[in-house]
Formats: sequence, C-alpha cells, structure tokens
Amino acid sequence: MQATLGSRVRGNDFMNPAFSVVFLTTLCGLGQGLFVMTLLGHIIGAQPRYLLLGSTLAFLLAAFGLIASFFHLGRPERAWRSIMQFRTSWLSREVIALPVFMGLVVLYWLALRSGSDSALVIGIVAFAACVALWICTGMIYTCLAFIQEWASPYTMANFILISLASGSTLALCVALFSDWGLVHLLAYLSVLLTISAGLVRGASLLRNAQLKPKSTLQSAIGIANAKITQRSMGATGGSFNTREFFHGQTMAFLRSIKWLFIALTFVVPVLLLVIALNGAPSFLVLFAMLAQAVGLVFERWFFFAQARHPQNLYYQVVS
Amino acid sequence: MTQLALVIDLNVCVGCHACVTSCKQWNTSGSAGPLLDANPYEKDPTGTFFNRVQTFEVGEYPDTQTVHFPKSCLHCEDPPCVPVCPTGASYKRKEDGIVLVDYDKCIGCKYCAWACPYGARELDEGRKVMTKCTLCVDRIYDETKPKEERKPACVMACPTNARLFGDIHDPESEVAKAIAERDGYQLMPEWNTKPANHYLPRRKTEWQQAAEASLSGLGERR
Repeated sequence: MQATLGSRVRGNDFMNPAFSVVFLTTLCGLGQGLFVMTLLGHIIGAQPRYLLLGSTLAFLLAAFGLIASFFHLGRPERAWRSIMQFRTSWLSREVIALPVFMGLVVLYWLALRSGSDSALVIGIVAFAACVALWICTGMIYTCLAFIQEWASPYTMANFILISLASGSTLALCVALFSDWGLVHLLAYLSVLLTISAGLVRGASLLRNAQLKPKSTLQSAIGIANAKITQRSMGATGGSFNTREFFHGQTMAFLRSIKWLFIALTFVVPVLLLVIALNGAPSFLVLFAMLAQAVGLVFERWFFFAQARHPQNLYYQVVS
Repeated sequence: MTQLALVIDLNVCVGCHACVTSCKQWNTSGSAGPLLDANPYEKDPTGTFFNRVQTFEVGEYPDTQTVHFPKSCLHCEDPPCVPVCPTGASYKRKEDGIVLVDYDKCIGCKYCAWACPYGARELDEGRKVMTKCTLCVDRIYDETKPKEERKPACVMACPTNARLFGDIHDPESEVAKAIAERDGYQLMPEWNTKPANHYLPRRKTEWQQAAEASLSGLGERR
C-alpha cells in the first residue's frame, strides 16, 4: 500500500498553523501597537478620554491574546510552569513579558484615572515592557535556525511594524470617538506605517521565495546518492509528525491567501485612509481597520504555513 | 563524560520493525506511561511511537538499493529541543547524556517538537504531553535484570544485531569502535546538533567488490 498524503504532496510540505498562536500573536501585536499610539497621544497632550479608551482596549486585546494562547496547550492547567526557564527559552520570556506588559497598562490606566502625575512615567515603563514583548515574540521564531523562513531579522521587523501599523489604524478609530485633534496625525501615521510594514513584508516574501533548504534527503539519512525516494514512513496512518508539520493545502490555496493578506492588510487600508484623508466620510476609517484586522489573521496564518520544517523530509510517503 | 547512544547499522537492518513493536511494548507498559494507540483496527490508525523504521529507495533502476532506516531520538549532544522548553520538562541528563521529558512538567506546547529538525518527538495525543525515546532509561539501569539484558528494548529485539548500544565517549566501547572503524555518521550535520546516535553506512559485499574489480580489470586490458 502506498499513497501520498492526500493533497499533501511534495513541494507543499509546510507547517500546519495553529489558530491559537495566530490569534495570540495578532491580538497582542494589535494591543501593543495601540498602546504605543496611546502613549504617543499622551506625550503630545491628547484628551484623557482617548488615553483611557486606548489603554483599555490595548489591555483587552492583550488579554484576549493571552486567553487564545491557552488553547495551544495540551495541559493548560500547568501553564504557570512556563515561567521557569527564562534563562534559556524565549517562549518562557514571552510568558513573563506579556502579563508584565498587561499589568503595567492597568497601572497606567489607574494613574490616568486618578489624574496622577506619574502616569507618563508608568506609561514609559509599560512601553519598555511592550518592546521586550516584541523581542520575545520575534525571537521565539527567529531562534529556530533550521526553519529558514523564520530565522531572519525580517521576522522581528515584520512583527513590530505590523503591530505598529494595525495599532495606529485602531488608534485612529479610537480617536474618532474620543479626540478629533489626533485624527489627522494618526491617519498619516497609519498610512506611513502600513506602507512601511507592507514593504518589509514584501521584502521578506521575496527572501523566502529564494530560500534553498539546507537540509536534503541526502543529509537527512546520510546517503550521498542524487536519487533517493521514500517508499515508507513507517506507518500506514498519520502521526503527530504528519498532522503538526503538514497543512495539506494546495499551492494555489497558499497563493490566494498570500494575495488576500497583501490586499487586506496593506493595500485596502492605505487606499481607504488616503480617500478618507481627502474629504471622504470618516466611517471609511472603520472599514480600513476591519480590513486590516482580518488581513492580519491571514498574514499570520501564512507566516506559519510558509515554514518548511526539515523533519518533513522523513515523512513524504504513507505506507 | 558518558554519552549513551545507539549506533544503527544500515548494512544489516532488514526493516522488520521488531525494534518498533518492542519499543512500543516496553514503553507503553513502563514508567513512560501508556502511549496512544488510537483506531488500531479502523480506517485511520494512529498512535505514539518512540521509534519508526522508514524505507528509502536509493539509486536509479537497475542500480537501486532498498535502505531500511530506523529513526528515533538521536540524544543530541547539543539538543535544540532543550533550551527552548519553557518549563524545564525537556532536559539532558549530565550523568549519561540521555535527553528526557518530565511528563509531569510538560504543558504540551509543542515548541520542542518545532525545535527538533529530525521529527523525533511526538506529542502523545492521549495524555497531551510530549514524548520521545528514553533509551529505555527504566531498563538499562534495572539491577533486577541480568546484566546482558540491561539494554534498550529495541537493541534486545533486533534479530540482525543492527542496533548497538553504549557510551560513544568511551573509546574502548563497542559503539565508539564501530563508529571509528566503519565511518559512523550523524544525521543533518548542517545544524550542529551533534547527534549522539550514529549510523553505519552500507558496505559493498565481496561479490560486488569482486565484480567491480573484474570490470575495472577489463577496462585496463582494453
């Protein structure tokens, strides 16, 4: 008995994205970006309503991200253990940085509420935690050297720029309801950041398209013959290895997701914002935000789905 | 420093899967806890195995060889799966170099499986924790067993003696000698994980050597 993995054919052997992690990274990124824009408003003297609304939403988004992360765990009741190995593990560091960031945002909010002068100082400390969280999240993927699609400075740059871009678009929506004085600045900022994020994401797509896998079937089994074909992976059914590291989608499906996320995350929001800036009704901004939010989910799904894991060399044929 | 490991002789492995079944039998009934065995007689059987035998066809017809290739955790000397673990459930023992998972600490985040280029780790979908080859750590030190049986179950089961077990850091050991004398090699050396397990390459049979010698002799005469 021999069959390929259904539609899972060679050349299409990439990781199966987990929606828990997709939502963890997009929601936290959105919350972080929004918080940075809130703090920016604080520095240039925005209305307290904008600051309170912005920091509340930023906290909620990070909290939803944290909740999403629990769905990734086989044993969520032991999640507290994941703070133990901060000396070596970027994942452990992220698990610490995220609640610290959330806690500081709450403190910032409380200081704003009470009209305390220390609000700005707390906000700046929260910003430091926000940067630390970006670095941890980015390094979780960058440090896996043999997942070549991720092991690049682009991973971190993308996470940060997309977080700032989507955060500023959301901050613009918040400003529409709380502080019109910020609307123009945030709209220009959102256009600028979305274009920068789009350019860097485009560059990373080009880089990944030219990657040559360092591992080959020859290095995987250590036999120097140009022609090696797998005849059996040692199991007639699937295994963890085939479920976790193969998404089973066609190349055409992958391509359409790619163009969809490019359109929704970058092109559509910029167009809508430019139209809105030229005198069109301001509700277009809400559509820009919604398009970008949906696009982000596709973007992150694609980020995972594009990762080619060398273990897949050992799992090419069922039988 | 001791580094226990398996040395697998691809020259004599016949792909019988005895190492696979003996591994599953020992580990599902041992201290590793039950290993998932879902739908064993249904359409989509699946389960957790610490060891799998794969088969590759090498070369082009008519000059082909069938290579049976057992694959389990390689107990890397620089294991990428260990530092990434957020809980410390994944660890490498100082005393004998075995890479283990503490099933009571594992949260099932799968990050270590992402960090293993060899696909040696399998999440047990029944217990929701990461599992992998333990080199039968609950067997090799068992003093109630006769000394010759204090070996991993797969080594005991192999009918062709294709699996050697020992300390690769001890130059006098059977495994270190086999690696030195027969060009034992590591998998995916490009990632510098320094796998402790080694593989012994195929050897040409006397018949093949004789045939090649006579062919080259023919060439010289022409």
